[in-house]
Amino acid sequence: MTNFDSEKAAEIHRQLHSHLPPDPALRVKALESLVVERGIIASETIDAWVEAYSEHIGPKRGARVVARAWLDPAFRARLMENAAETIEEFGFQGNATGHLIAVENTGTTHNMVVCTLCSCYPFSLLGISPSWYRSAEYRARAVREPRKVLAEFGVELGDDVAVRVWDSTAEVRYLVVPQRPAGTEGWDEDALAAIVTRNSMIGTERVLKAERP
Amino acid sequence: MDGIHDLGGKEGFGPIPIGDDAPFAHDWEERMWAMSRTGILPPGTTIDWFRHGVELLPPKDYLTYAYFNKWCTNYFMLQIDAGITEFDEILSGHAKHPGPPAPVLGLDEVLEANRRANTDFSSDAPAPPRFAVGDEVRTRSRMHSGHTRLPAYARAATGTVIAHHGAHLLADEGARGNHVGEHLYTVSFAATELWGDGAHPHDTVTLDLWESYLV
Repeated sequence: MTNFDSEKAAEIHRQLHSHLPPDPALRVKALESLVVERGIIASETIDAWVEAYSEHIGPKRGARVVARAWLDPAFRARLMENAAETIEEFGFQGNATGHLIAVENTGTTHNMVVCTLCSCYPFSLLGISPSWYRSAEYRARAVREPRKVLAEFGVELGDDVAVRVWDSTAEVRYLVVPQRPAGTEGWDEDALAAIVTRNSMIGTERVLKAERP
Repeated sequence: MDGIHDLGGKEGFGPIPIGDDAPFAHDWEERMWAMSRTGILPPGTTIDWFRHGVELLPPKDYLTYAYFNKWCTNYFMLQIDAGITEFDEILSGHAKHPGPPAPVLGLDEVLEANRRANTDFSSDAPAPPRFAVGDEVRTRSRMHSGHTRLPAYARAATGTVIAHHGAHLLADEGARGNHVGEHLYTVSFAATELWGDGAHPHDTVTLDLWESYLV
């Protein structure tokens, strides 16, 4: 039975700190052994999840959604109205996209996403977050000095551009829709999707490059 | 909880480690992520209690453990708390009471399980909403010692409601094992309201806040 007792949980954590080997690889190995031996999950199923999130679920999904929004005004309207449902058109829904919202960059607005309290991220659409997204540095600074953070990523903003930082404090998740760069007129969806980067969908990149792969 | 996890706006941190761009630095991180997608949580655990468990790590560990080490350690805590795992099982890496092997799921089944995991956290509304889009609202100045999703930097601050999401399960109650719906709003704060006159006058910070976070 789960106790939902904070003080007991903190005490168990202190005991774990004292008794567990510090090497996280050994900890994870022990956890896997225990759940496999108990018959809760098979190692091969864990392998399948690794494959799913390394080969099939990742930022290419988000890039496809952005490219479609650039090309198809009706799709774009649906995405801005209800992103969680609209990505079901691709079958991209899943972990942490049940309350997805799309926010669009414009000439005068730049959107940037963070989770200051943990590291919430729309996994099923963008895959696993980059390590820096989960860092204390990004979580602490993104809300307070977003322009300095963006400058570290090479994003320079004029004074006329407003930065809107979205702190994911509930189960709502955010997808930034970057601007379509000039020089991509006439490109098809595949070519457009290829230039949409993961960071541009988090909001730590702004100007995408119109370079054919 | 005024814990170390509440990092928003804390000063003294250096450059963003932009070079750490990959999702995983080690194989064990990938396996920890993959395991977390499966049913290894004790029955009855809520996502809010899981998050609160991570918050309850010793503060030094919270700041120094790799992200997925926090998860792994938290799974151990949750399993010990629920009486499913004993300390010496973790140390030996072997279960005292092995079970029959679990069925093996292939890639297609796992992808389908992922599609089905788009959990809906909305809930019946217990009462009509107190606020509407466009309303000016003020956040509470103090919170409780349990799990909450009102960060310290956004307390006692005035903002504007820019969206109402209906009722969602309140995280604070979820961390106590209770399923209680409450109206959820997206509230936009001027950066100058949160950080003072040094902030850029055009910038805003937007948070998703439950009704009880607002006075």
